[in-house]
Amino acid sequence: MTLPDIASPEALQAQADAFITEPPPETVKLRTRALSFFYGKNQTIFDLDVAIPRNSVTALIGPSGCGKSTLLRTFNRMYDLHPGQKATGEILLDGKNILAEKDIAGLRSKVGMVFQKPTPFPMSIYENVAFGVRLYHAKSRAEMDQVVETALRRAALWDEVKDKLQTSGLGLSGGQQQRLCVARGIAVEPEVLLLDEPASALDPISTAKLEETISELKRDFTIVIVTHNMGQAARISDNTGFMYLGRLIEFCPTSEMFLKPRAKRTQDYISGRFG
Amino acid sequence: MTKQSRGAAFDPIFRYACVSAATLLLAALTGVVASLLIGGWPAFAKFGIGFFFDTTWNPVTEVYGAAGPIAGTLITSALALALALPIAAGVAIFLVEFCPGMLARPIAIAVELLAGIPSIVYGMWGLFVLAPWFAEHVQIPMLYVIPPGSIWETIFNGVPNGANIFTASLILAIMILPYMAAVFRELFLTVPPQVRESAYGIGCTPLEVVGSVTIPYVRSGAVGVIMLGLGRALGETMAVTFIIGNAHGLPTSLFDSGSTLASTIANEFTEATGEMHTAALTALGLVLFIITFTVLAIARLLLARARKY
Repeated sequence: MTLPDIASPEALQAQADAFITEPPPETVKLRTRALSFFYGKNQTIFDLDVAIPRNSVTALIGPSGCGKSTLLRTFNRMYDLHPGQKATGEILLDGKNILAEKDIAGLRSKVGMVFQKPTPFPMSIYENVAFGVRLYHAKSRAEMDQVVETALRRAALWDEVKDKLQTSGLGLSGGQQQRLCVARGIAVEPEVLLLDEPASALDPISTAKLEETISELKRDFTIVIVTHNMGQAARISDNTGFMYLGRLIEFCPTSEMFLKPRAKRTQDYISGRFG
Repeated sequence: MTKQSRGAAFDPIFRYACVSAATLLLAALTGVVASLLIGGWPAFAKFGIGFFFDTTWNPVTEVYGAAGPIAGTLITSALALALALPIAAGVAIFLVEFCPGMLARPIAIAVELLAGIPSIVYGMWGLFVLAPWFAEHVQIPMLYVIPPGSIWETIFNGVPNGANIFTASLILAIMILPYMAAVFRELFLTVPPQVRESAYGIGCTPLEVVGSVTIPYVRSGAVGVIMLGLGRALGETMAVTFIIGNAHGLPTSLFDSGSTLASTIANEFTEATGEMHTAALTALGLVLFIITFTVLAIARLLLARARKY
C-alpha cells in the first residue's frame, strides 16, 4: 500500500477529500459546510466540511495549533465572547444553521461544553449542578434533588459526594471537579456535549473514570471530544477526525483510522513520528 | 583560600541598610501613634470616655466632644460608599464583560487617570460649581415642593447654600469612584476566563454570568475593595473641608452642615491657641487614625483571603 505524501497546505486540501468517509446522512447530527475561522486577520480553519453522527463519540485529533479546539468552539459559538474572532460558512445542527442563530444562550443550553481545566462555580456541589437547570426550568425541590442525583450518577461522581452536597465545589479534587463539570453539563440535557481535552489535567484513575462516563453518555448525547491522547481517542471514540493546519485530513471510523490510516500525515501523527 | 564573589564584602552592609530602612519605618509609625497619644492625652484625661459621645465643641468655653466630627465622618463616608459602589461595580462590569475590545484599554486607563486627580481640585470644583448648582437646582426647589411639617422636611432641612453633608458625600463619592472602579476591574479580571466561559457554556445570559458566577467568585475581594474605598473616604480632608459647611455638633438632616474629623483638624489647627484645643484636635487625629487603620486592616485581611482562590 502506498501512502501519498502531502506537502503544501494547498495540496493537502486538494487530496484531503479522498480520505474522508462520510457517515450515513440520516445519522448526522452536526455538520459544517465550508467553515472558515478567523482570529482577526489570521485564518485558522479553511473551508472545513465535517459531519458528526448522533449518539456516538467523535474524536478530533491533530498536532497543537491544528484548529481542533477552535472547531469545537464554533459549535457553541463560544468564540462570540472574544471580539475579533469570526466564523464564516455554515454549521448545521439538525439542519439549522447555528452561525445565524440569534438566541446564543439557548443554543449553548443545547450544545454543552466541558473545558480542559475543571471550572467549578463558586457555590456548593448541589448548586453547581442545579444552577444551569434552574436557568431554563422551574422545578420543585424534590424534582431538583432528583435531577442533581441523576446527573451526578451519570457523571460517576454520586457515590463520592452524596454526603457533602452542600459543601463548596472548589473543595473537590481535580478529577472530581472535572466530573462535577460533566454533571453540570449534562444536567441541562444538551443534545451535543463538547469536551475540550477534558482529561489532560487528570491522573490516570480519574481519567479512566471519566472515559467510562463518556462511553455511558453517548447513548443519550452526541459527543465531540478533542484529545491529544491517541490511546484515549482509540478507546472511547466511534469516529475520528484528523486535523492538520486548519483542515480536516482524514475522517473515518476509529478502528479504521488507527489500524490502517489512509493519509501519510495521519499515519505519521498517530505513530508518533511528528506532532 | 576559598573563592569569594567580589561583591561579598558589601553583603553585610546591604543587609544592614535594608534592616535599617524597615526599622526606620516602624519607628516612624510608633512615633506618630505615641505623639498622638501624648498630644491628645490632656483631652482624654479631662473629658474621659465622654469625649467620644459629647456633641459640644466649643473653643471659647474649652469644652470639647468628638461626637459631631465622628458622626460626620462616618455618615459622609457611608453615604459616599452607597453612592459610588453600584456605579463603580457597573463601570468595572462594563469594562470586563461588555466593552468592545478596542475601547476597553483606553477606558480603563481613563478611569485610572481620574483616580489621580488631586483632592484639592475636587474641593474647588465642589465649592465653586457643585455647591451653587446644588443650592439653586435642588435645595431651593425643594423648599417649595416639600410640605411643611412632613418627614421630608426633617430629612432635607438646611440652609440652601449647597455646603452640607450630602454634597460632601457626593464629592467623596466622585473621588472614590474611579479608584474603586479600577480595583474592581482588576478583581473581576482575576476570574479565570474558562469559569466565565463555562457559565456561558451551559446557557447563561451575561447578567446571569455576572450575578451568579463573576461576583460570587470575587466576593471577599469585593468586600476588601469596598473597605479600601471607605478608608479613602474616611481620611479625605481638603475636598470635604471645602464643602461640608464646617458646623460643629451632630448634623440633624441630610442637607445640614457638618464636619468630619479631618475637616475639623484642617480648619482649626492653625488657630488653636489653648493647650486644651490643640490636645482635643490631636485626639481627633488619633480617633481618625484608629478608624482608618481598622477599616484598612479589615480590607487587607479580606483581600488576602480572596487571593487564595
